[in-house]
Amino acid sequence: MTRYWGILVLILTLAGCGPRTDKLVITGSSTMAPVIAEVAERYEAETGVQVDVQSGGTGRGISDVRQGLADIGMASRALHPDEDDLTAFIVAQDGIALIVHRDNPVPALNDDQVRAIYQGGTDNWSAVGGGDRPITVVNKAEGRSTLELFLAYFQLDNRDVQADVVIGENQQGIKAVAGDPAAIGYVSIGSAEYEAEAGTPIRLLPLSGVAARIETVNAKRYPLRRELNLVVDGEPGDAGRAFIDFAHSAAVADLYRDHYFVPAQR
Amino acid sequence: MHRSDRWAAALGVIPWLLVVAPLMLLLAALWQQGQDALSLAFLLEDPRRAGRAGGIASVLLSTGWILTVCLAVAVPVGLGCALFLSEEVHPGSAMARRLGFALDLLAATPSVVFGLFGYQFFAITLGLGFSILSGGLALSLMVLPLMIRSTEQALRGVPLSYRRAAEALAVSRWGWVSRVLLPNAASGIAVGVILSVGRALAETAVLLFTAGYVLRRPDSAFDSGRALSVHIYDMAMNVPGGTERAAATALVLVALLVSINVLIRRLVRRPFAGVV
Amino acid sequence: MIITSFLPSADRGLSWLLRLSALLSAASLGGIVLVLLWRTGPFLLSQGGAVLASGWHPGDGEYGMAAMIAGSLLVSLLALALAAPLAVMLAAWLRYYAPAMLRRPTLILVELMAGIPSVVYGLWGLLVLVPWINRWAPPGASWLAGSLVLALMILPLALLVTDTALRQLPPAWGRAGEALALSRFGVLRRVLLPGAAPAILSGVVLQFGRALGETMAVLMVCGNVVQWPHSVFDPVRTLTANIALEMAYATGEHRVALFVSGLMLISVTAALLILAWRLRGHDHAPQ
Repeated sequence: MTRYWGILVLILTLAGCGPRTDKLVITGSSTMAPVIAEVAERYEAETGVQVDVQSGGTGRGISDVRQGLADIGMASRALHPDEDDLTAFIVAQDGIALIVHRDNPVPALNDDQVRAIYQGGTDNWSAVGGGDRPITVVNKAEGRSTLELFLAYFQLDNRDVQADVVIGENQQGIKAVAGDPAAIGYVSIGSAEYEAEAGTPIRLLPLSGVAARIETVNAKRYPLRRELNLVVDGEPGDAGRAFIDFAHSAAVADLYRDHYFVPAQR
Repeated sequence: MHRSDRWAAALGVIPWLLVVAPLMLLLAALWQQGQDALSLAFLLEDPRRAGRAGGIASVLLSTGWILTVCLAVAVPVGLGCALFLSEEVHPGSAMARRLGFALDLLAATPSVVFGLFGYQFFAITLGLGFSILSGGLALSLMVLPLMIRSTEQALRGVPLSYRRAAEALAVSRWGWVSRVLLPNAASGIAVGVILSVGRALAETAVLLFTAGYVLRRPDSAFDSGRALSVHIYDMAMNVPGGTERAAATALVLVALLVSINVLIRRLVRRPFAGVV
Repeated sequence: MIITSFLPSADRGLSWLLRLSALLSAASLGGIVLVLLWRTGPFLLSQGGAVLASGWHPGDGEYGMAAMIAGSLLVSLLALALAAPLAVMLAAWLRYYAPAMLRRPTLILVELMAGIPSVVYGLWGLLVLVPWINRWAPPGASWLAGSLVLALMILPLALLVTDTALRQLPPAWGRAGEALALSRFGVLRRVLLPGAAPAILSGVVLQFGRALGETMAVLMVCGNVVQWPHSVFDPVRTLTANIALEMAYATGEHRVALFVSGLMLISVTAALLILAWRLRGHDHAPQ
């Protein structure tokens, strides 16, 4: 019995007692989590500082940073005026695109049509130039910045949205649309382009005549753009600042481009 | 044979098919999606590119750590409680019933509630944050009733004659427990531990709020770590192109659970000796 | 029980250790309930009734959970309706009719099913079941999908419980039936199943509790729309999926509302447990 406890204590001691001090915790937007996780991998390989990246939504990133549960938050939007206790550092540009299944013949939708679809006024693809199929509306769960920005752009209230499926993470949305020829949803352009290139059967719809591609986001022509920010409470500490600088640097620009985001100019 | 019996025998195949077919389909679907990603390298390499490439070595390691913490708490406390029940408590007494109810309720509580509690108590109040410790501790609470119940059954399974013999020889309680009871119940206790491992491996919701999602190899129990089940969830839901790896990881997890099942069968002659 | 006239110190130490363990175990349950009550107390006192309304809009401070409570109940009830009869029929068939060499492998398979994690069932539901339902009735992610996956999950244990219950019946019953040249089916229907009914029902009630508490699988296949469904093909959101979906970023009142739903879940579980005990008798370890 004593031997058991002794070994246990030994293991836990050797394992390092106490939380590490040279560690960064980053939480937030599910759009940014995959790319920031890769940035963190590189950062760790270079400096040895441990970085933990977890998703959970922009809302969570902001809340964690305020509560001290995270050092840096990932927010896939600009900060609101009432978030002036936080400082944002933009690392990339992204957009939000409407996606439909690749086999869906509809070439484009105008703003009014989108509004009607999401509010339940239009419920069949035939009304907007597609086949005779009921539309499956995919909406995001509350607390996600993608939802906020989408609603703001189309001037919708979430109460009025008649959704058929509610998803949390971007990838869930992509899966929902890829698996249903009658679905429409909206996700980050970066995630969508990445998936479309990889062969997932989705198609990005143009918005106001502008194609939904990362080039048009870069050229500032695509109307529904958004910033990808790293946010901190007040001023970042040394460790935080070092990481944020790294996340901006040319050394990781290729990672953003791999994920179909536009790396921010420094 | 009565006619009704012939009908019953024949029609009974339908429920059988309805049950067996989905399971076969499930395994087949997983195999089809995940088999390309499976290899020895998959088990030995760390994940790269958020899990889209590489393997699951760090996930396996984190899972092992979480299990260790979980068992380190659940086994002694569970054993102690089971011994208490078998040695000091009379089977029909009020104490037995009250404790039994508390344990059964603990066993039946939804895992999200453990997630909420674990998050509030271990991660925030105790300040452990998202860590293997938080996850392991929360899991140990979930696994405790199972551990207690199967250990208690193992203990009660030791023949009464042994107990009478020990009494006749005026052996002390401690001697009885350490030299006779435990060794004889050892295989049953091992079954309890293994069942607990199986239960813990299957848990996802609890770990989402306590151990977190982090992919890297943990350096200590205070680090966050990703368990196999959480990895499956993340690959399926959160990472573009992650479906194949989710299926592959699911196959690994199922294989682990099957081995556990086989192990239990070796240790216990009757397949489900009342412990469910 | 070992009786010695005074306990040597090792025994006393052991006794204390054991009591402590038992206390810790019981205390963990108490701890959970306490923490839940502590977090939700003020909220419940000031606007407890509001959670029974229909509108869940945490952004606007509305925390009506009625639709989600309905979602949880409906998904679990349908799953139970699908799984329980199937489990009982299959258990009886395996025990009394099936060829011997089919019985053992099937039971092993069922045990295996019981051990498969919910996230794996959810993954399959997402990959296969939802698109399949989608072909007949979009969107696919729905109440039905949730119930089908849940049914698969609760069936194994329901079957094992029934098998155990049947096994524990006095063999004399079956033999008496044979002696009277009754059909096996008749004996089954009129004597054996009714005799095992309390144990079976108790097990089934427990599985219902388990279905109510299930999170991952329903999160992945139910659609997660907060609404009262008009048909089985409509998406729903369960209380459990809601917690998993929103816990990560809920703050303040929103988080407390989630704790309230957690409290609700554990209360319902307790009630079901009491029901199961009543049905079974007062064993310490109901199956």
